[in-house]
Amino acid sequence: MSVAIVKERFSGKIGEVILGATSEQGGTRTSTVTIGGDAALPFLHFEGKVNRPVIAMEVNDIPPTWNETLTKQYGDVFNSPGAWAKQCVDDFGADLIYLKLTGADPDGENRSPEDCARVVKEVLAAVGVPLIVVGCGDSTKDNEVIAAVAEAATGENLLIGVAEQETYKTYAAAAMVHKHTLIAQSPLDINICKQLNILINEMGLPLNKIVIDPLIAGLGFGIEYAYSIMERARLGALGNDKMLAMPMFCSVGYEANRTKESNSSADENPQWGDLDDRAVLWESLTASGLMQVGASIIMMRNPAAVKVVKKNIDELMSV
Amino acid sequence: MTMLIFGERINGMYTDIGDALKAKDPKPLQFWATKQEEGGAHYLDLNSGPAIPKEERAEAYQWMVNVVQEVSELPLLLDSTNYDAIEAGLKLCKRQAIINSVDATPEKMERVFKMAADYNAGVVGLTMDKKGIPLDNDLRVAFAMELVAAADEYGLPMEDLYIDPLILPVNVAQEHALQVLEALRKIKQLADPAPRTVLGLTNVSQKSPTSICNLLNRTYLAMAIGAGLDAAIMNANDDDLVDVAATTQILLGRSIYADSYLKVFRAR
Repeated sequence: MSVAIVKERFSGKIGEVILGATSEQGGTRTSTVTIGGDAALPFLHFEGKVNRPVIAMEVNDIPPTWNETLTKQYGDVFNSPGAWAKQCVDDFGADLIYLKLTGADPDGENRSPEDCARVVKEVLAAVGVPLIVVGCGDSTKDNEVIAAVAEAATGENLLIGVAEQETYKTYAAAAMVHKHTLIAQSPLDINICKQLNILINEMGLPLNKIVIDPLIAGLGFGIEYAYSIMERARLGALGNDKMLAMPMFCSVGYEANRTKESNSSADENPQWGDLDDRAVLWESLTASGLMQVGASIIMMRNPAAVKVVKKNIDELMSV
Repeated sequence: MTMLIFGERINGMYTDIGDALKAKDPKPLQFWATKQEEGGAHYLDLNSGPAIPKEERAEAYQWMVNVVQEVSELPLLLDSTNYDAIEAGLKLCKRQAIINSVDATPEKMERVFKMAADYNAGVVGLTMDKKGIPLDNDLRVAFAMELVAAADEYGLPMEDLYIDPLILPVNVAQEHALQVLEALRKIKQLADPAPRTVLGLTNVSQKSPTSICNLLNRTYLAMAIGAGLDAAIMNANDDDLVDVAATTQILLGRSIYADSYLKVFRAR
């Protein structure tokens, strides 16, 4: 007996966003990354076009305070953001580099905006893939940092962030003037997510220059809330809500690695088993769960988990 | 699906449009095409009204379609009882148009649904026949059923059929307002997927004092959408009326709330 496959017909689709710019496009990238463009729910290839999620690996401007289960997988690169980025691309297969300028933190090294811009240039010189660049998390300082970085990398079409409801104006202006794309972050709130996109778009930044960061949570720490918000955004977008029809960025590496489960050794918690395996699973499962609801850019830290997730993506895309 | 606004203003009943049709002056039509689009219209209704003699109607509809399409990409409703004129216009429509309208008389349904199939057009179906508009909602629904059956027979998808249960002016036919709301509820249950529904909204306030027309339109629009209305032929330039339409989409959960939802509703 033949079975008729029921197909959902959607009126809308996710906007396509291009990251990076080659020399013909005014930048220096050797390749660009295109995300979005999906016309169906994730991986339902029989209903419409599904675009491939990409992996952005995290690099910092100063050595990280990560657990050894992560650091031991890297070479001697943590004092050189360029070498670090290069290893992520060459050895671990990162599609993009996510550069967090932790060193700018006024409570830490308090590096100047000019120093930060120099690091961005260094990483741009070291790798050919597009870059995501975010500040240290101190909103006052980040305003200066991101303005300097955006200017120093004019035309590179960085994905800069993060723009929030209170701070979006500086970011949107920097993205517009210096031709970058913007991460718009809302605190697990679909209404603020939509409103922020509207406000940024009203300033003049086109919708295809915005990427949504719904602010996710790691496995076991509220990932289901993130999943629900992302699902509503995606269904809204496919129902033709253009103010929610942007690709989504998920900071998986950060959220998965701040859980106790990704850090506690087997000596401490023997019932949980080996930490090295557990940390890989924690990050991989956080990533693959959110991929099922429309994550387009997955930020990751654990090279072994990157390998697992890339295999998962290959399988889900091979139809 | 978002509530659809069909802009009513390009109608020969209005002096400026009537005069423009006679003089073949495209400017007033193009002015209202643009202005209604800015106001929030999703479609533009074109009606020559009595300004043009019958034998010149086909040519007039072609002219209207052409001059409006020069300035607007919105899809059109061709509004006439003269089906030759509608057919002439359909030949020139760049996007899927809607035939406005047919009642539930068999010979008219045959002509119109066949034409809709030939030109891949939608149809507005009126819940009445030769004898006129029934008061009782059940009779309205019975006519709706005949329209649904005819659409089905000619292969018109339910999302291209717009049933109009016909609202009358409340100042002379008050009892119809409630019957129409009841009919809207029932029409949405007639088929799965359900046919769409539409009203010539402004009719509800016809001949009421100007000071209360807008209030009547706005209030009835909210009530009708709550009862199952999907589209309205209406004044797309009454900002408060368009705001009512936008707000119903939020309160019914069809669009995700954002503080600036009113602006987004108008964005095309």
